[in-house]
Amino acid sequence: MASSGAKKVRSKEKPGNSPAMLPTLTPSERVDLLRKMVLIRRFEQKAAQAFMQAKIRGFCHLYIGQEAVAVGSISTLHPTDAIITAYRDHGHALARGMSSRECMAELFGKITGCSRGKGGSMHFFSKEKHFHGGHGIVGGQTPLAAGIAFAQKYNGTGEVTVCYLGDGAVNQGAFHEALNLAALWKLPVIYVIENNEYSMGTHQSRSSAGYPLVKRADGYDMAGITANGNDVDDVREKMWDAVQLARTESLPSLVEIKTYRYRGHSMSDPGNYRTKEEIAERKKESEPISMFKERLYKEKVLTEKEYEEIERQAVAEAEDAIAFAEASAEPEVATVFEDIHAPEDQIAEFRPPIGS
Amino acid sequence: MAVITMREALNQALSEEMERDGRVILMGEEVAEYQGAYKVSSGLLQKFGAKRVLDTPISESGFAGLGVGAAMQGLRPVVEFMTWSFSMVAYDQIVNNAGAIRYMSGGQYSIPIVFRGSSGAGLQVGATHSHTPENWYANVPAMTVITPAFPDDAKGLLKSAIRSNNPVCFIENEKLYGFKGEVPEGDVLTTIGQARICREGSQVTLIANSASTHVALASAEQLAADGISAEVVDLRTIKPLDIPTILASVVKTSRVVIVEENKPFAGWGAQVAYEIQHRAFDSLDAPIERVTGLDVPQPYARVLEQAVMPSAERVTEAAKKTLG
Repeated sequence: MASSGAKKVRSKEKPGNSPAMLPTLTPSERVDLLRKMVLIRRFEQKAAQAFMQAKIRGFCHLYIGQEAVAVGSISTLHPTDAIITAYRDHGHALARGMSSRECMAELFGKITGCSRGKGGSMHFFSKEKHFHGGHGIVGGQTPLAAGIAFAQKYNGTGEVTVCYLGDGAVNQGAFHEALNLAALWKLPVIYVIENNEYSMGTHQSRSSAGYPLVKRADGYDMAGITANGNDVDDVREKMWDAVQLARTESLPSLVEIKTYRYRGHSMSDPGNYRTKEEIAERKKESEPISMFKERLYKEKVLTEKEYEEIERQAVAEAEDAIAFAEASAEPEVATVFEDIHAPEDQIAEFRPPIGS
Repeated sequence: MAVITMREALNQALSEEMERDGRVILMGEEVAEYQGAYKVSSGLLQKFGAKRVLDTPISESGFAGLGVGAAMQGLRPVVEFMTWSFSMVAYDQIVNNAGAIRYMSGGQYSIPIVFRGSSGAGLQVGATHSHTPENWYANVPAMTVITPAFPDDAKGLLKSAIRSNNPVCFIENEKLYGFKGEVPEGDVLTTIGQARICREGSQVTLIANSASTHVALASAEQLAADGISAEVVDLRTIKPLDIPTILASVVKTSRVVIVEENKPFAGWGAQVAYEIQHRAFDSLDAPIERVTGLDVPQPYARVLEQAVMPSAERVTEAAKKTLG
């Protein structure tokens, strides 16, 4: 475990008599992790192109550079475990198994999008996939995560919730309120700080007091865990501890995953707050896809030719998503009045018709 | 019919709905062990246990958002703000999360949550504790905003609110918790979105809600003493507005005074006045008058605060103005 000022997962907190071990992945499962990371990278690059062509509008925050975080962490979950994140949400959605088509169509504002064109880049949702957004206000999703975990515990489902947030969110009050509630009520939730060092254009050294950020777990007597977000295996290993703690002991934890984004905060960001050299340096030393690819070569579970095929398929899927999004219909204007209220079924409908 | 206080009526509503639906939970500051800051939740911890009646830390943003997350997963939380004045700390959770997640997700989620608690001024607790925020929350497109004035409505509307599949701001008024009235026994619901005529009259319509309804009723007594017949419409629900009931009264009396405790700028009365002039312009014999809380932060000193509050005297004066 990487060094941290915060409390580690202590043995007494580990599950029961026979702690479940992180399952060893088969070679093909390991290659699948790489496949997902490459898909996210190519999806985001196509999205960036479409943004430059003004086919995608509004804000568009890319996940390029952070792929190992979403892919590694989500690979430790059951498909029915809940995921919730902030506005840089494309990577998590794809890692959870939402389709490239529905995600790209949402970016294009089409009716076939995962939120019917009403959410946009920052507000992807798939209740079916237990992907609960996509939230635009920094830190605003953190109390929701506590509530989702509360309901899981209340209903005794055995499921857990993973809540992603950026390093900029750790200074929001809502985050601290959520951590306190999660610890106080022993909720099965894992808060994952994706520390990419910058909250928009402000380096963490200018925004946060108290390092490492995972130390914030100390104040709430929660387990604090750190992981290397450029190494998908390390992310899996460290997340596994946190997930087990939530699933078997119903205890929350705070996981700080060090990562780096290679693109601007959003597509509108000229990036004047850091140098090109800094980005090049970071890519050179710890680019997550290359790092994992090389490891798989060494393990002899992947050949260069197979990797080329993965790349080809990822590009093809991203291009297909673009074509699907372009071919999809715009929402009918009448849909603007849909999805405001859920139908009532325990009381009579009481709202006058729209426009009356 | 039993005569009980507003506080007891609300307690009955909570108890009955928790009894009939295991998904209903109550959380908030001091709702459990303390039995409620205003005793609305008295006895519920003993009846339903700590799993369903939860004391929260003083973290309005945290527990309001927690409630929304639980609602996204199918629970039906009742989240108490000790006073609505504290709800501003949770404003993002109420507006962006409770108010917009269904829409932003293209209709994938229902948010069956009730935010409730006391509100209002007049008890000398100063600017921070005296808000009547119904107009703020009525501005959120998905929100239902309910403001009962009588115990029977408090009970019947809270039961309906808990059964709604959508977010509701249920705004009680502290001055009314001890107000007594007849409340029917058993499972009686009041329909959301319907105003009620609490006093019939023919010459001027006084439109009010919550505690202001009682101000309007007091004014109607004063007007009657002067030979003027005033009709009092208690809106009960601010959103959706019961426009047909409002218009029917306006057509009958041709004169309107709106009585609202909230501040004047974009108070709910401004919306009501707009609806009336837009839909019943030809029925009006005088400009619509509004009696609101004055546009100042709420002062502490009794003489100052009383000057700020809508009073029967101000309403009576406004009503006479409409009569020329």
